Amino acid sequence: MTTHRDTKGRPLVAVTGLGVVTSLGQGKETNWQALTAGKSGIHRIDRFPTEGLKTSIGGTVDFLFDGPFTAPQLSEKLATLAAEEAVGQSGIGSAGDFPGELFMAVPPVEMEWPQKQEMAQAVSGEVDYDGLLRAAATGKYRAMHELFVFGGVADHIADRFGTKGSPISLSTACSSGATAIQMGVEAIRRGDTQAALCIGTDGSIHAEALIRFSLLSALSTQNDLPESAAKPFSKNRDGFVMGEGAGALVLEDYDHALARGATILGIVAGCGERGDGFHRTRSSPDGKPAILAMQDALADAGLTPDDVDYINAHGTSTPENDKMEAMSCAAVFGERMASLPISSNKSMIGHTLTAAGAVEAVISFMTIANGTIPPTINYVNPDPAIALDVVPNTARKAKVRTVISNSFGFGGQNTCLVLMAPPEAA
Amino acid sequence: MNRRDVVITGIGIASSLGEGVEAHAAALAAGGPPVVDTESFKPYPLHPLAALELDKQIPKKSDQRQMEPWQRLGVYAAGLALDSAGLKDDAEAKNALQVIVAAGGGERDHAVDAAILEGLRGANEPGTFLNERLMSDLRPTLFLAQLSNLLAGNIAIVHGVTGPSRTFMGEEQAGVDAIRTAHARIASGQSDLMLVGGAYNAERRDMLLLFELGGYLHRDDFKPVFARENAPGLITGSAGAFLVLESAERAAARGAKAYAKLSHMGATRSRRAAGTVQSALTQLLGSFGPVATEALAISAATGCAGITGEEAAAIAAAAPSAKRIATGDLVGHGVEAAFPVSVALAAIALSAGQAKEAIVTGAGHWRGEGAAHLVQA
Repeated sequence: MTTHRDTKGRPLVAVTGLGVVTSLGQGKETNWQALTAGKSGIHRIDRFPTEGLKTSIGGTVDFLFDGPFTAPQLSEKLATLAAEEAVGQSGIGSAGDFPGELFMAVPPVEMEWPQKQEMAQAVSGEVDYDGLLRAAATGKYRAMHELFVFGGVADHIADRFGTKGSPISLSTACSSGATAIQMGVEAIRRGDTQAALCIGTDGSIHAEALIRFSLLSALSTQNDLPESAAKPFSKNRDGFVMGEGAGALVLEDYDHALARGATILGIVAGCGERGDGFHRTRSSPDGKPAILAMQDALADAGLTPDDVDYINAHGTSTPENDKMEAMSCAAVFGERMASLPISSNKSMIGHTLTAAGAVEAVISFMTIANGTIPPTINYVNPDPAIALDVVPNTARKAKVRTVISNSFGFGGQNTCLVLMAPPEAA
Repeated sequence: MNRRDVVITGIGIASSLGEGVEAHAAALAAGGPPVVDTESFKPYPLHPLAALELDKQIPKKSDQRQMEPWQRLGVYAAGLALDSAGLKDDAEAKNALQVIVAAGGGERDHAVDAAILEGLRGANEPGTFLNERLMSDLRPTLFLAQLSNLLAGNIAIVHGVTGPSRTFMGEEQAGVDAIRTAHARIASGQSDLMLVGGAYNAERRDMLLLFELGGYLHRDDFKPVFARENAPGLITGSAGAFLVLESAERAAARGAKAYAKLSHMGATRSRRAAGTVQSALTQLLGSFGPVATEALAISAATGCAGITGEEAAAIAAAAPSAKRIATGDLVGHGVEAAFPVSVALAAIALSAGQAKEAIVTGAGHWRGEGAAHLVQA
């Protein structure tokens, strides 16, 4: 049997299944319709009271639960739906028996206020942590332990899908989803596994999460017209909009996928990652880590900047990110940046945080498959300092074979993926 | 792919016993006694962190202030590891150094939480009240001091490690998978040099609360890990450990001292039921090949019901005459840091000549099983 290898002699990593859920809806079809129509999923938050908050909008996913839920419960539900779609499309394994490892980007969890309040009701006298500990010791709240351990969501997904080995729950802040994919790629290249289920999920919009970002002045406060608040690369951009969602990809050794007759949807050709020791929340002003991450990803794929047809931007709509990203892209792609399309899915779905890298990788593969680039919406007031072809406001037909997808996060996390159309001659 | 040898060329460790290789080598040789605080968090005993001179590893007070204790402990231990590997001033190496951190996070401001919970009891509009109080009482920087991946971020900032980092979460198994992944990357040639480890601050009621919710805590007096049958449960300890893992070729080329060779590293997740921890660990250890009779067995066992006895049985079956040491009996249970601390202790024992070979085992209090095999370098 022929074996297919990349330019570095490693197994090719194929994508055979994709799944996505965002505030625009559940599933690839629904999302693709909305994304190419330039529709926004951002709306006023009614999950919790927003009185007194500077930001009262978000891309929450509100169609999955009738009653109250916690962030890990929503994150798990989102991941489950995305993974069901991806695994279903790939046709790999059988129900509850996924023949590969699990790599999951999950939001850090902690006990939430409604649960603390529930326990506080059982405390007589002052409600301090000693009181909560006494309540916990009654054993009446045992289920909360499993709900709030960091490994809980991935453990449940591993159980449901029957993934093999020790599931990874990871965080690289806002590049987590891309890191989950990168870890799957690396495991397949090592030959540790022939398939990997890579998921990024985030359903963590609750009051305290929103307030934390708000206190860092990271969020848009343009609450009056929620659907136009996320405006990446615009002059009047004023912060990101929190979003929820999940993206799931089935990665597979290309030959393994061919041997079972699977449809190859694309290739994850290269990954690049760089740290940044400049500041806890700000990127190096020279953009060096982002530049190097993109260059590393291209080198890993054995490609040059000229091979890239489209950039799926990190494009958060914060003043700093979009400027840094535009500058970094200019450094990598040079004069081509004037005409190389770059668009931000976040203009429509908000910043899905932990999930973003995975959600946007799924959308990138749909972009390749459909020959249509989703637009950057709300681009009515271009920032003259960063002249880019952002595919303004309207989707564009284009032949796209190679995408670079950027993810940058707090803590100096920079991860870039090179995503490609399936090889023409298998 | 060709499997390459992986050696441990740097060890940074800090715990209730103090800091560094020598302090922990002495404790391993003496077998204790542990430092236990039974009063501060009564009825829960724990092993408090020894006083550290933070300035030695985190020179800027402004950096120290931007971190919570678990992050400071991790950054401190990472600095010790870089020092011991001779990499602290090697900018080129630090630029290439890839980092995997096993982290929890979310350290709460206990006073703020208590005041808000008290206020919520009488609030007419609890949602609005919560918003107002959180907006005014949360420190903006607290979020960053809590974020799981900001331990790695602070290692980058404080020590100038500008290689990429990944943060694994998921309690004990995060520490197992961090070392497993770092080992696999080097063994397969994906990387030459990794900094891997974790840190845990036990002296916080919010974490005790999480474990007590599930009924996982031991109470009152200290009892050795393998002698808690009558009152099983965790006795947590503040501890941090980072290891510099390096390909044997790279270490030899720069003349670095190897503390030990990390010959095998494995992780699994049994669907927990009676007996699954024992069979999972037995299988992992069995895949490493035979264990010498005079080997050392370092166990990261939790002391929790059932699984601790199963781990003891797996160790006894794989290495019947090995000298068994529970990490928990020396420094307490360090959750995400428990396995990295245990591997560090094994490497320290080997480099001190206390044994020629060691196995390390661990079963998470709730999920996950891992094992390692080390030999003298």
